[in-house]
Amino acid sequence: MRVVLAEDLFLLRDGLVRMLEAYDFEIAAAVETGPELSKALAELEPDVAVVDVRLPPSHTDEGLQCALAARRARPGLPVLVLSQHVEQLYARELLADGDGGIGYLLKDRVFDADQFIDAVRRVAAGGTAMDPQVISQLLSRRSQDRPMGVLTPREREVMELVAQGRSNAAIAAQLVITERAVAKHTSNIFGKLGLPPSDDDNRRVLAVLAYLDRG
Amino acid sequence: MTVFSGRLRPAALAAGRGLFLSVVGLPVSITLFVLAMLSVAFIPLGIGVLSTPTVLEAVRKHANQRRLWAMTWSGVRIPVPYRPLPKGLRAGVTGQVERTTLMLRDPATRRDLQWLLVDMTAGTVLAILAAALMIYPVEGLVLAAGLWRVFRDDPYWYGVVPVDSQTSGIAALALGIAIFHIGLRTSGPLLRAHFLLAGTLLAPTRDQELAQRVRRLTETRHEAVDTAASELRRIERDLHDGAQARLVAMGMNLGTIEALIEKDPARAKKMLAMARESSAEALTELRDLVRGIHPPVLAERGLGDAVKALALRLPVASEVTVELPGRADAPVESAAYFAVSEALTNAVKHARAERVYVDLHHAEGMLRISVTDDGGGGAVVGSGSGLSGIERRLGTFDGVLAVSSPAGGPTMVTMEIPCELS
Repeated sequence: MRVVLAEDLFLLRDGLVRMLEAYDFEIAAAVETGPELSKALAELEPDVAVVDVRLPPSHTDEGLQCALAARRARPGLPVLVLSQHVEQLYARELLADGDGGIGYLLKDRVFDADQFIDAVRRVAAGGTAMDPQVISQLLSRRSQDRPMGVLTPREREVMELVAQGRSNAAIAAQLVITERAVAKHTSNIFGKLGLPPSDDDNRRVLAVLAYLDRG
Repeated sequence: MTVFSGRLRPAALAAGRGLFLSVVGLPVSITLFVLAMLSVAFIPLGIGVLSTPTVLEAVRKHANQRRLWAMTWSGVRIPVPYRPLPKGLRAGVTGQVERTTLMLRDPATRRDLQWLLVDMTAGTVLAILAAALMIYPVEGLVLAAGLWRVFRDDPYWYGVVPVDSQTSGIAALALGIAIFHIGLRTSGPLLRAHFLLAGTLLAPTRDQELAQRVRRLTETRHEAVDTAASELRRIERDLHDGAQARLVAMGMNLGTIEALIEKDPARAKKMLAMARESSAEALTELRDLVRGIHPPVLAERGLGDAVKALALRLPVASEVTVELPGRADAPVESAAYFAVSEALTNAVKHARAERVYVDLHHAEGMLRISVTDDGGGGAVVGSGSGLSGIERRLGTFDGVLAVSSPAGGPTMVTMEIPCELS
């Protein structure tokens, strides 16, 4: 799997390259500025891009803007965005096109290599990887609303993992329950919240995120 | 007809106010002037020292009342020029002597007294004219209606018309109507002229303005320096007690792990997990600290999006409208951001609002921000409150803050900061 990596701090870039290579990814390019990233995304056609939000030369949200522009040129181009802070505002912009293949994680998540690599693979396959912090922010905002109150604690737990983009199998493994139980919980959640049921993992995530983000 | 009635109301109002100013204002001005002169004259005798501050205080109140009317009645802005008295003046006779000296030394005092003189003469004439042009015509009407009969033998001079018959009475009415038409057009401007005249003496001179400005700059500079210093202290403390301490603990753990790794790999593994956890906690603390110093979204996107991101983090519904064609200077953006942040925190925490509205726009060289909530109201700008902190912080940029928060709500905090966008 070919990866384009954009990160301006040498130590982090080097660390990410090593980690990705250790998990058999092929690094198509590891760049440090916005213009270089745009060029690499346009020319190298990677399977997935791992991008830091803040990049030189402007040190603003250049990485995010480059990624969004590349996705406009090539809809569905898988992009995993990394940042020192997560903002719902950015998550919303990334998810806006509804094409999937989006990841948005805190840089801390690279501490857990297995989970991080799992997120990269999920995004590359057209799935979603949302940082738990984004989800908890969304949930805290919705907590006073009635519809969220009707979920049982376990259903809430499942919903958080669904919103992060995990598959039924991964949720089952994490909560130590059977996949069938997860499927039952999710169909309950969708029923209670009035969302259209869907077997497609990615559409399911987007539905939940859109629901949480509403209002 | 509509043009006429549209003019009648303001003209009649101006006439009434002119009458009021001459009837009430004139005696007060005369009394105060006489008292002030006497009081100053008696200073060598000692009595004057005791009475002068009180009398001058009264003069200032009288002048301030006129400043207020100038603004509310004619839209003439007359700034207040007085030097503030230093805090902690001594009580008793010595304090009174100090107060007298300070007030007499203030050039505004001399100008106040000059104004009293002008107000008694030219000022009063203008006010009376504003009133007379609307009232005098009424007399013409009454004469024509039948009052002329009283003057059948001895003609009464209404303006230039000797009234002694119905015909001359009607001539008086014609003259009255003419004057009335002049009054319709000039009563308002005459009242305004009265206030403009007052303004020439009551407004600060260029020197006074500059002195005031220097005073204000000194104050805000002190506050800015204080704020910066206490911020640095807070950051130092947070780093010292937080991230720094965690890194020390982590280093210690790693040392232990090194020693354990061959003897007791299982425990070493457990400690590694702990070390990873503390590094994650250190990161979280640093992230919060950074957010408090300069929020990352502000650096990446500017004020509008930073406020939007802030509103999204609130546990209540929010509406943010932004109309900023460019970005302000970084310090202004930062001050504005933290001001909005504080106002929002107040709305959620103290007013227990369920909905907040934030509006940001730039017009006439001003960044204007309003934060409105549907909460319980009752917010005040007082010592120690977050709002006075905002006020100080905005003061550095000549920005101002106004709070409207009746008990029961809603609360509206408005801020204005002069700045250019780039």
